[in-house]
Amino acid sequence: MAVSVDEAVSTGPARDNPPPARRLGGRGRSALEVALLTVLAVVMLFPVLWMIETSIKENRDVYAIPAKFFDFTVTLEHYRDVFVAPDGGRSALSVSFLNSVVVAGVSTVLATVLGVPAAWAYSRFAVKAKKDQLFFILSTRFMPPVVVVIPIFLMYRQVGLIDNKLGLILIYAAFNVPFTIWMMKGFVDEVPAEYEDAAMLDGYTRLQAFWKFTLPLLVPGIAATAVFALIFSWNEFVFATFLTSSDSVRTAPPAIAGLIGGTTTDWGLVAAASVVFALPVLVFAYLVRRHLIAGVTLGAVRR
Amino acid sequence: MGTVAAHGLRKSFGKVQALDGVTLDVPDGSFFVVLGPSGAGKTTTLRAIAGLEKLDAGSVRLDGRDATADAPAARDLAMVFQNYALYPRHTVYENIASPLRARRCSASEIATAVEQMSSLLHIERLLQRRPAQLSGGEMQRVALARALVRRPRAFLMDEPLTNLDLKLRVEMRTELTRIHRSLGATFVYVTNDQVEALSMANQVAILKEGTVQQVGTPTEVYERPANKWVAGFVGSPPISLLACHAEGDRLVGADGWTLPRPRWATAEDGRALLLGLRAEDLSVEQRGDASLSGELYGLEPLGDRTVVDVRVGREILKVKARPTVTGTPGERLRVTVDLDRAHLFDADTGLSLSEVGR
Ligand SMILES: Nc1ncnc2c1ncn2[C@@H]1O[C@H](COP(=O)(O)OP(=O)(O)OP(=O)(O)O)[C@@H](O)[C@H]1O
Ligand SMILES: [Mg+2]
Repeated sequence: MAVSVDEAVSTGPARDNPPPARRLGGRGRSALEVALLTVLAVVMLFPVLWMIETSIKENRDVYAIPAKFFDFTVTLEHYRDVFVAPDGGRSALSVSFLNSVVVAGVSTVLATVLGVPAAWAYSRFAVKAKKDQLFFILSTRFMPPVVVVIPIFLMYRQVGLIDNKLGLILIYAAFNVPFTIWMMKGFVDEVPAEYEDAAMLDGYTRLQAFWKFTLPLLVPGIAATAVFALIFSWNEFVFATFLTSSDSVRTAPPAIAGLIGGTTTDWGLVAAASVVFALPVLVFAYLVRRHLIAGVTLGAVRR
Repeated sequence: MGTVAAHGLRKSFGKVQALDGVTLDVPDGSFFVVLGPSGAGKTTTLRAIAGLEKLDAGSVRLDGRDATADAPAARDLAMVFQNYALYPRHTVYENIASPLRARRCSASEIATAVEQMSSLLHIERLLQRRPAQLSGGEMQRVALARALVRRPRAFLMDEPLTNLDLKLRVEMRTELTRIHRSLGATFVYVTNDQVEALSMANQVAILKEGTVQQVGTPTEVYERPANKWVAGFVGSPPISLLACHAEGDRLVGADGWTLPRPRWATAEDGRALLLGLRAEDLSVEQRGDASLSGELYGLEPLGDRTVVDVRVGREILKVKARPTVTGTPGERLRVTVDLDRAHLFDADTGLSLSEVGR
């Protein structure tokens, strides 16, 4: 899932809003509403449920017609196959998961380390043509990856970053820095500049004031932003497909996609790999929820 | 030592000219009050002195040395912010200790200083709380403590008492004056409360729309306002201003009244003037030769005195009277004027003409 620009812009101010009030106070939903919601939930969640079921079915149950919903034999062999190669060594899939962890992790750290101070600077200082600069930064997110992947492929070939984890890390960081700047600027704007002013009069330098007094207040915002960036890098498919080819460099999305096709497809393995791949995202989504709700300013500034 | 000299400060925020050539000379050890209405540029002036605002023009000299380009930390000043700016994640103790920590004082030094300050400002009970758990008045005292815990070159205070209740404010006023005297330090104190300004200051600078209208002792500012705006801003109830002109040995009001022309009023005949009369220089009781006739418009009992509104022509005169005074609106009465204490202003420029002949 790539975080769209709209989300990036609107998330900041939305934090302070109370959760939307339930129209009928929760209990008083009409039977029609409940029925509609149930149908929606089943439709939305069915693929997920089917994926989980497939991942723990034996192969002959996977292909059984009519499909078996409940009375199948449970097995964890697909999960073993995700991590262990037939010869007993490490599987290619597990290497790709590790690659995903490294690429997503490092690119997120990079984007955060570059983006947070930049957001602070845009929020606090009188920068020439600030609006234009911010718009330019945002505009780098306007184009979908597919549009830029060819030029980037050509550039990467020149500098030898094709089929290289560093190449993916850099391109993901490049995509996440604008997002981080925009999102974090909203959070920094919310923290009154007076804390830093007071700290500077106390005797700290501007950077110390930022580091000691503003940064701790930004932690929830940084966490939320980083999780979004992480999810983008984790899920990214287009660049990963075009810019990597060897098993030792590939990230999980193209690796999983690579399992499909050929003469036979081991659907059990695809499902198990997908479950393993989706889990971190679910956990992060949960974290985002918590952090987005957490207010940033607990402060003592009279407004 | 602690002299603060700001010369020709100019600062604009977009179209708003917040400071339009502000010049202040604060002598060492004085209690210098900057008084002005909301939006006059008081906070901006203080922030400029502290080095928090990049100036369009002007210079700041501290102890005679040019500090215009110095970082705030290098200026050795302490400031109480109008909105407190207490660190939300830190306890009250840590907030007060912050200036000392930044300057690497020893833990025992810090403990002693914080303890001393907190007992002085009656916040010992609050030391372990966080700012969010304090009332407005408590926050204000913590902000004061954070400033006073150190011995800087000068203290900058931005309306530090506005959020206290009346009793506490009066108490803190006396307390601050006492602290100022015992420290002998320079205070630059911003307020929009003229009572605070007049009661605490050695010197008052009156600020309006980014320009200094007058600098002087509280008495000077009250007794000899430089222009009609200062006269109207300082004093409560506000001074009454009557349009008039001089004609031979008389002052003739736009509403037809006449008063004997004071000796000091040297303005040429016919020039448009404003006669400024303070409530305490008017009376509805004594009989004197200089008086105006009008009708009772309203009574404002204030406990220790009553302010009588008298309508003279189209204008309302505020007259200070004894609390026992009575009357019915519409009733005709005469107001005696103490012309020796009256003020005259040029109606066009607003500048005072009283000083010329007096
Ligand atoms: N950061 C800013 N951006 C834009 N305008 C500002 C800024 N700071 C101050 N101003 C404007 O400059 C003028 C002076 O503001 P300042 O805060 O100095 O007033 P003040 O005298 O302290 O008023 P108050 O008594 O209400 O605190 C005001 O018109 C204000 O709107
Ligand atoms: Mg102010």
